[in-house]
Amino acid sequence: MPSAIEVSGLVKRFPRGVLALDGVSFDVERGTVFGLLGPNGAGKTTVVRILTTILRPDEGGAKVLGRDVVREPELVRSLFGLAGQYAAVDENLTGRENLRMVGRLNHLPRPVVATRSKELLDQFELTDAADRTLKTYSGGMRRRLDLAAALVARPEVLFLDEPTTGLDPPARIGLWGVIEGLVETGTTVLLTTQYLEEADRLASRVAVVDHGRVIAEGTPAALKADLGATVLEVGLSDADTAARAAQLLESVSAKRPRVLGNDVELPADGGAAVATDALRALDRAGIVPLRFSLREPSLDDVFLTLTGHAAEERTAASSAPSSAPSSTARERS
Amino acid sequence: MIAGAPAPESAARVPDGLAARMRWAVADTATLTTRNLIGYVRVPEALFFSSVQPIMFVLLFRYVFGGAIHPPHGSYVNFLIPGIFVQTVAFGSVATSIGLAEDLHKGIVERFRALPMARSAVLAGRTIADLVRNLFVAALITGIGYAVGFRVQTSAAAFLAGIAIIVVFAYALSWGFAFVGLSAPNSETAQVMAFPLLFPLTFASAAFVPVQTMPSWLQGFATHQPVSVVVNTARALMLGGPTSTLVWQSLAWTAGIVVVLAPLAVRRYRRTA
Repeated sequence: MPSAIEVSGLVKRFPRGVLALDGVSFDVERGTVFGLLGPNGAGKTTVVRILTTILRPDEGGAKVLGRDVVREPELVRSLFGLAGQYAAVDENLTGRENLRMVGRLNHLPRPVVATRSKELLDQFELTDAADRTLKTYSGGMRRRLDLAAALVARPEVLFLDEPTTGLDPPARIGLWGVIEGLVETGTTVLLTTQYLEEADRLASRVAVVDHGRVIAEGTPAALKADLGATVLEVGLSDADTAARAAQLLESVSAKRPRVLGNDVELPADGGAAVATDALRALDRAGIVPLRFSLREPSLDDVFLTLTGHAAEERTAASSAPSSAPSSTARERS
Repeated sequence: MIAGAPAPESAARVPDGLAARMRWAVADTATLTTRNLIGYVRVPEALFFSSVQPIMFVLLFRYVFGGAIHPPHGSYVNFLIPGIFVQTVAFGSVATSIGLAEDLHKGIVERFRALPMARSAVLAGRTIADLVRNLFVAALITGIGYAVGFRVQTSAAAFLAGIAIIVVFAYALSWGFAFVGLSAPNSETAQVMAFPLLFPLTFASAAFVPVQTMPSWLQGFATHQPVSVVVNTARALMLGGPTSTLVWQSLAWTAGIVVVLAPLAVRRYRRTA
């Protein structure tokens, strides 16, 4: 069976020589969730805008359910749903009116639109708010409605552009549950996110994007195993002690510790076992840590491993090639 | 069945042939016209522009300034109301700018672009919603006008012809202000950009005072600019006087504005991806 989404060699230049995409390729199997993971400005949204026919690529191509996004944009538009961080819903309309509008614009018959709207309002727990204008909705409710709007025409492919960015943790977790429910019904989902945790929870495959390129691809488990193990964080009283501690900890894990001010971070594949060894080593040297904790790997850890720089410090790392754009406002200029 | 499950109706849908394409364009335009009209009714600022403001202007000019203004023929209230019609629909076209700028910057246009709908419907739905609103505004001003003493001196048919000239002119203006709205970085700026255009057009015009009372350097502009031409046409149709030359001039301005600015607005819309 062909892939639901095929992306090959996408290049997109924006005015002033900004290279937003520098040869992005990936395939998404039918009925799976594919995560595009990367920091702000990595090019994730640009990929989605090309796949949804909003932008044309300068080079390369893409197909959605076998249809070419450049040559058959009209047809492609009838195949997918799009929801995202900008929650493109109409504030002056009620929830139900928003869904009806999108249903009508999908040219579904009126009775279908009415029943479908009702169904979706129920499914997304918006029935009580259905006839209130969106001005009264919370951020989480708007995102749910945005997602509902994307599903009115029962698309086989769904694009979710940073669906939980800016949401508070309970709203985020609620939306994750909704997305997981969709996947069980066989919808193919392309998800962009800045959160490793989100990709890990929802996606069966992940591509890490940086500077308009895919720099790693695989299952979340494989990526985490390769790139971002659990991290042991040790807080110490001063920088000298931190340097001494780092030296001691070199023998504890297969990976090298790094010193960040008064703290030491140690990638710890072995998790708790490494922590125990580390604590023993420090104790023998008479070092008493102020803090001592294990944390799950973050996007920063993955980026550090892959690129040698943290996700947020991209402009500071001026050794980047001159073709690489500055990291701000590049996806939506 | 489960609500999210793909169903047969999700199969590719594109209009088959020109007739189907036209039907889609008409249906989509109707959908968006309805949506925009709901917005006009529910947004207090928009409602203010099209209802409270014209009433204020009628009262202001009829009772505050009117006593000091002496038109060459007839009463000031009869002179005034045709001017109010044009001024109100001209001010109302700012809503086109604001509405489009808002849709563009809140991501709604992006959603529309990703839907299998007729692309022309976004601009058509906006300008047609304005047309409907202007018809409502015209009815409102007719009512207020009658309440403060305005009387049509010709015939009902001539009066309606005057309204038609005004509404068609306003439709042309909507395209111009659509261009402004699509060029603005946000809706606030759209409003700020629109008013410096509107003020000279509506106030340095024949709408409120006889142009002959203005300094001579201003009279040339004030006589020939489109708002004055349309106001004078509406006056001639509603109060009497020679009409045919003025009607042609009004229609020429209207056509000229559409021919120049509608393509600019469409081009701007296509580019703002």
